[in-house]
Amino acid sequence: MTGSRLRLSAGHVFVSGYVVLLVAFGIVPTVYALNLAFTDARGVFTGFDNFVRTAQDFRFLAAVEHVATYLVLWLVTLTVLVLLLALLVHRLTAGWSRAALRFVYYVPGALAGASSVLLWLFMLDPSVSPVDDLVRALWGETFVQVISPGHLPWIFTLIAFWTGAGGWIVVMYGALNTIPHQIMEAARVDGAGPVKIALRVQLPMLRKWIVYMLILSLAAGTQLFVEPQLVSQASFGVVGNDYSINQLAYLYAFNQNDFNGSAAIAVDLLIVALCCAGLFVARGGLFDTD
Amino acid sequence: MTRTDPARAVAKVLISAFLLVFAVFFVLPMLWLLLASTKSPADLIHGNPLSPGSLGSLVTNWQHLMSFQDGAVLTWMGNSVAYSAFSVALTLLVSIPAGYAMALMSFTGRRLLLIVTLVVMLMPGTALVLPIFLELSYVGLVNQAASVVLPMSFFPFGVYLTYIYFSTSVPGELLDAARLDGCGEGATFLRVALPLAKPVVALVAFFSFVTNWNNFFLPYVMLPDSDNYPMQVGLTQMLAATPTFNPVVGANAEVQPPELVLATLLSIAPVLLVFLFSQRFLVAGLTAGATKG
Repeated sequence: MTGSRLRLSAGHVFVSGYVVLLVAFGIVPTVYALNLAFTDARGVFTGFDNFVRTAQDFRFLAAVEHVATYLVLWLVTLTVLVLLLALLVHRLTAGWSRAALRFVYYVPGALAGASSVLLWLFMLDPSVSPVDDLVRALWGETFVQVISPGHLPWIFTLIAFWTGAGGWIVVMYGALNTIPHQIMEAARVDGAGPVKIALRVQLPMLRKWIVYMLILSLAAGTQLFVEPQLVSQASFGVVGNDYSINQLAYLYAFNQNDFNGSAAIAVDLLIVALCCAGLFVARGGLFDTD
Repeated sequence: MTRTDPARAVAKVLISAFLLVFAVFFVLPMLWLLLASTKSPADLIHGNPLSPGSLGSLVTNWQHLMSFQDGAVLTWMGNSVAYSAFSVALTLLVSIPAGYAMALMSFTGRRLLLIVTLVVMLMPGTALVLPIFLELSYVGLVNQAASVVLPMSFFPFGVYLTYIYFSTSVPGELLDAARLDGCGEGATFLRVALPLAKPVVALVAFFSFVTNWNNFFLPYVMLPDSDNYPMQVGLTQMLAATPTFNPVVGANAEVQPPELVLATLLSIAPVLLVFLFSQRFLVAGLTAGATKG
């Protein structure tokens, strides 16, 4: 297909439905949010005013700090534990135990959104939790003490890990299976032990997948919304409903009726997500079938 | 390679213990949820957390749950089913032909469409929720089923899976042969490609269903009216009416903790069932594209 003028072909008919949805729910909302972010309520162009105004809101920096703390904890925990668990499961000799463990780790992936948060509110309430001794030892005697703001990054990490880690363990396990036998064998002949093989052979070969996991988790983590929203609801005011950046964008739209401010914060988050995705696609490698 | 080395034996035991601790961590909350739904409110607090309750308590909890706000739970479950079903149907209708065309046909703008699809696919869905809300409130579509069904039907990951499948598993020569036999593009797709695409149709349907069923932020923003809530959003309303988490409700509270447990269980049941029956198949989707590049 060469030609700068648009030629309609059968292919266009096949993709038309999808393109309509892509334009309506991918491109137009982005453009419209940008438009709102750079104008005021009367539609007059205001430059970066909305961005400056929202960033100077005393709640904004606090929210960024909360989300950043959570992200550091979450990404480090996720990377270390997922790789460790995948490597260990991969080394097990009995086939049935490998399959059973992968399945058990993966099942909580069925839960997301409000269901998983609700389940963990019960897990963290010392009066009903099956691991109440552990919860008391770590975080306090009562539910209100447990969900005090200082503990929240850990708690959100716990919830995210419980629902999301299993899927990544399965992915890393699959990637470990694609490492050629000869390479592993050669390392063993050279006298490398399991730890050395993991560090020198297996992990370097998983690099692409580790980057993929980190980028997707980072982008999703910045969007933190349902977890703090429900914790705030269940804590009757101990935790504010402006804990995360997305909650703040939500408050701007729904409490203050300030769509321009809301759009500015949404665009902040959109830029982070776009940069993550764009970087990854630009570096390529994982999705090149062309 | 079997040397009876004490250090090695210790390492083996430690590794097994480590893996088992995590198995317990992933399974215990689910197990507790199943058991807690069969308990009376008092039993939940004073009994052993991992002992079963009674069938009688389960029935009582169920009856209370069904009478909450005149059967709101059934309405919400029905909404969840409707929204998910319509979205899955629409997703399949647009994604399968699009992925097929992007893999096996040439047209202007194909490469651009592929790149845009990849970028949007890697972005978290929640990133676009507020912009879509702002857009739909401008055109006055908020608080209608369409305001969640249509955005949920835009599922780039499904297009990507279909594209990968057709680029790797369906030989182009097969389609050329069909075209030579006088099939038009439409007939080639319907008679030759689609029958071969059953696995990927099932895979896209699965991922689309799970994503839609668990979606919270989109309906939370779009549907302010309780009658339109899907179950995920309904749960938050029940949470607000539970005394453990909201002492203001008072003694004659509307929802007791075991009923909230049962509601949570109900909200995950469909996805959990699908998960248990299709785990083997899922791994294929998670590692799609892994063999390439």
